[in-house]
Amino acid sequence: MRDIVKEFPGVRALDGVSFTLERGEFHSLVGENGAGKSTLMKVLSGVYPAGTYSGEIRIDDSARSFRDIRDSEGAGVAIIFQELSLVKELTVGENIFLGREPSRFGVIDWSALYHKATSLLHDLGLDIDPRVKVGNLGIGRQQLVEIAKALSHEAKILVLDEPTAALTESEVDTLFHILQELRQRGVGMIYISHKLDEVFKMSDRITVLRDGRTVCTHLAAELTKDRVIAEMVGRDVGDIYPVSTRTIGNIAFEVKGLTAFSADIADKKVVEDVSFSVRKGEILGVAGLMGAGRTELLAALFGAWDGKCSKDILVDGRSVAIGSPADAIKCGIGFVTEDRKRYGLILDQTILNNMTLAALKKISGKFLTHVSRETHAVSGPMKALRVKANSPMTIAGTLSGGNQQKVVLGKWLLTDPKVLFLDEPTRGIDVGAKQEIYAEINKLAEDGLAIVLVSSELPEVLGLSDRIIVLHEGRITGEFTKSEATPEKVMAAATGGFEQQTNG
Amino acid sequence: MIAVLAIIWMYFHWATDSIFLTPRNLSNLMTQMSVTGILAVGMLMLIVSANIDLSVGSVLGFAGGIAAYSLTTLGHGLPASILFAVIVGIAIGVFQGSLTAYLNIPAFIVTLGGLLAWRGAVKWLIGGNTVPISDDTFKSIGQGNLQTSVGWILAGLAIAFVIVLAYRSARSVKEYGLGEANYGAAMLKAVVPIGGIVAFIWVMNSYQGVPIPVLIFVAVALLGAFITTSTTFGRYLYAIGGNSEAARLSGINIKLNVIKVYAILGAFTGIAALIFTGRVGSAAPDAGVLKELDAIAACVIGGASLMGGRGTVFGACLGALIMASLDNGMSLLNVRDFMQDIIKGSILVAAVGLDMFGRKQG
Repeated sequence: MRDIVKEFPGVRALDGVSFTLERGEFHSLVGENGAGKSTLMKVLSGVYPAGTYSGEIRIDDSARSFRDIRDSEGAGVAIIFQELSLVKELTVGENIFLGREPSRFGVIDWSALYHKATSLLHDLGLDIDPRVKVGNLGIGRQQLVEIAKALSHEAKILVLDEPTAALTESEVDTLFHILQELRQRGVGMIYISHKLDEVFKMSDRITVLRDGRTVCTHLAAELTKDRVIAEMVGRDVGDIYPVSTRTIGNIAFEVKGLTAFSADIADKKVVEDVSFSVRKGEILGVAGLMGAGRTELLAALFGAWDGKCSKDILVDGRSVAIGSPADAIKCGIGFVTEDRKRYGLILDQTILNNMTLAALKKISGKFLTHVSRETHAVSGPMKALRVKANSPMTIAGTLSGGNQQKVVLGKWLLTDPKVLFLDEPTRGIDVGAKQEIYAEINKLAEDGLAIVLVSSELPEVLGLSDRIIVLHEGRITGEFTKSEATPEKVMAAATGGFEQQTNG
Repeated sequence: MIAVLAIIWMYFHWATDSIFLTPRNLSNLMTQMSVTGILAVGMLMLIVSANIDLSVGSVLGFAGGIAAYSLTTLGHGLPASILFAVIVGIAIGVFQGSLTAYLNIPAFIVTLGGLLAWRGAVKWLIGGNTVPISDDTFKSIGQGNLQTSVGWILAGLAIAFVIVLAYRSARSVKEYGLGEANYGAAMLKAVVPIGGIVAFIWVMNSYQGVPIPVLIFVAVALLGAFITTSTTFGRYLYAIGGNSEAARLSGINIKLNVIKVYAILGAFTGIAALIFTGRVGSAAPDAGVLKELDAIAACVIGGASLMGGRGTVFGACLGALIMASLDNGMSLLNVRDFMQDIIKGSILVAAVGLDMFGRKQG
C-alpha cells in the first residue's frame, strides 16, 4: 500500500500511509485510538471501495483496486474485524461457507459442507463441531471460527483487528499457535493490537501509525516497548491537557452502596457496592477495562439501567430518588453518553432539535415549541464549544465526529446541570477536537460543575482528573489522587492486581 | 410529489374531456378523500414515532357501528352517540398503545390482532346487517355543505390568522436578537397560503359550498400539522422515531408519548367513522375495510419513513389526495375495478421507489 489518503468530512483519517507485508511475515500495526489503523485495513479490504481514497494497493506486484469485500477476498485478503461478523443462528459450518455453500442445482450439499468444514477445522487443530450453532460457542471460539472462515478463502493475507480483546489466556495461546502455523505456510499477517506484549511476542516487524501517518517501521527485534509507546504518543501527554486552576468546593454528588444487576442474567451483579462522591469543581476519573462496569455504573446512576439496581444518591447533600432519566435531569444531572450515533444524537435532525431535546420544555415552554427562543438558546453553547456548522439548522448527521460530540455536550449544558457524567467523551474524534473538548471540560469544572469522567483512554483520565477511582468487575479496586496516580498503579488496580486501597 | 399530483390532475382533466377539474368533481374528490385523509394525519404521527396501526379500518367500522347502534337501537341522542364513537376510538388507541408500550408486544402484532378482533366486534354488535340512519343531522356530517357565506367568513378568519402568525414569527426573530424583523418578506411568504384559502373556498362555493366532511378534514389536518411542527409533544415524536435510545436518555417518557399518539389516532378514527357512516347513511359490518392500508399508503407516498423519524402531515395529506385523485379519475374513465387496484398498487411502489432514488441522488 502506497501513499494512501482517505478523508472523511472534516477529518483526514489517513494522510499518505505506506505499508508493506512480505510473504509469511507477521507485521503488527500499532497506534492510539483514531490513529488510522482500522481505516487503513478497511481500505485494504475494499470496505472503502477504490475511488473513495487515493493511493495504490499492490498485491504480488500487480496494482489492485477493490470494489467491495468480495473483491478483496478473491485476491486473497481476509480481514477479521473487531466486531465479529458471524450469524449466531447458523451453525459453524454454515457460517464458514456462507454465500459459497457447496451445492448442486441450488440445493445445498450438506454432507460436503460439513465434511469440508470438519477438515478445515481439523487442519487448524480446532476441536469444534461444525454442526453447532455459533451462538452456542463462547466468544473465544467464535473468534477461531471466524479465522477458519477467513482461511477457507485461501487467504494469502490475513488481517486481524484486536483479535484477543475478548479472549481468555488459553484461547489466546491457541490463537497464537494457529497463527504461527499459518506463518509457516506463507500467509502474511497484519496484526492490530493495543497489547504490546502480544505484539512483541509475535511480530517480525512493527509499524507505528499516528494521526493518520506512518511514523516508523522497524524490525521488532530492534525495538523496545518504551520506544514504541513514545512513537505512538509522539508528544508529551501534558501538552493537550489544560492546566487547571480549579478550586474544589463542597460535595455536589454522592452515591452510597450502588449495586446493579444484569438485565439478562438473573443474580449477576454488574456493579457491586460502589460508593463515591464528587465535589463542585472536581473532575473524578473512572478508569477500568472493557466490561469493568463503568458504563453500567453511569447508566444506573442516571436511572437508565434496564436491570434491577439499588442505590442511595445525594445531590447537594439532599437525598433524591432517581428512577428515570427524567428524574436525573430534574436533579441537575447531565449524561454525555458514549457512542454519540447510537445514544446521543438523532442524526436525521438539526443541531437545534438535538441540542434542545433534553431541556425542550425549559427552553420553549411546556406545550409549544418556540424556534426563535431555541435558536437563541443554542447559539451560546454553539459559539462556546466552537461547533463548526453553517447554522443551527444543519443536519447533525452531516457533521464531523468532533462536532457531533460538541452537539451532544451542548445538549447537556442546556439542561443547566450541577453534575455532568461524561462517558468516553472523545472516542473516535481527531486530536484538534479532542483538545477543544478537554479545554471545555476543564472550563466547566472551573465554573463549579462536578464532573464524572469515564474513559478507556488512560492518558485522558490521568491528564484531566483530580481524583481517579478504578473499577474491576463492578467493584472499586483503587482510588488515587492526581499526584499519586501513575499508569502502572491504575492498570494494576484495573486488572484486579491489588485490593481496595482508599485515600481521602 | 406536488409535481406528480399536477401531472395526474392534468392527465385526468385531458382524458375526461375537462370533467375532472370542475368545481363539482373537485368537491366530490375532496369529500371522498376526507376519511382517508383524517386517518392519514393520525397515522402519520404514529409512523413518525416508528409505530404502526393496522387496525384503523376495523376500529372505524366498530366506532361507526357503536354510533349507529347508540342512535337507532338504544335511542341515545345525537351528541351522546357522536361522543361514543370518539371515546371508543380513544379507548382502543390507549389499550393497544399500552400493550405495545408496556408489554413490548410489537405494534405490528398488536394492531394486526386488532384488525381481526375489532372487525369481529362490529359483526357481533350489529349482527351482519346494515343499520340505517334516519337522523338528518348525523347524515349531514358526511353529506352536508356549508352555506357559501359561512365559507367566506371562515376564509376571512383563516386569512387573518395566517397574517398574525407571519407577523409574530417575524417579530420574534428580532426579539431574540437573531437579526432584523423583515415584515415585508414575512407578508410575501403569507401570500401563498392566503391564495390557497381563497382559491379553495371559491372552488367549493362554485358548486354547493364547502362540504362538511372536507371542513372537518381540513381542521384535523391543521391540528395535526400544528401538533407535529409546533408542540414539544410533536418534537418528541420525531425524536422517538429518529433514535429512541437518544430520546430516552434525554429524559423523554417514550411509553407515555407513544400511548398519546395511539389515543390521538384513535380519536381521529372515531371522527372519520362518523363521516363515513354519515356519508353512507348506515353502519355496515364491512365499513372501513382496507382503510388502514390507504392511510399508510398516503403517509408513505407523502414521504414518511416506516422506520420512523421522518414525514410530514402536509405530505400525508398530499398522499391521500393523490390516492383519492386516482380513485376518482379512474372511476370517471370507467376503468374496471380490478384494473384500478393494480394501477394504485403500482403507483404506490413507484412513488416510493422514485422518492428513494431521489434521496440517494440528493
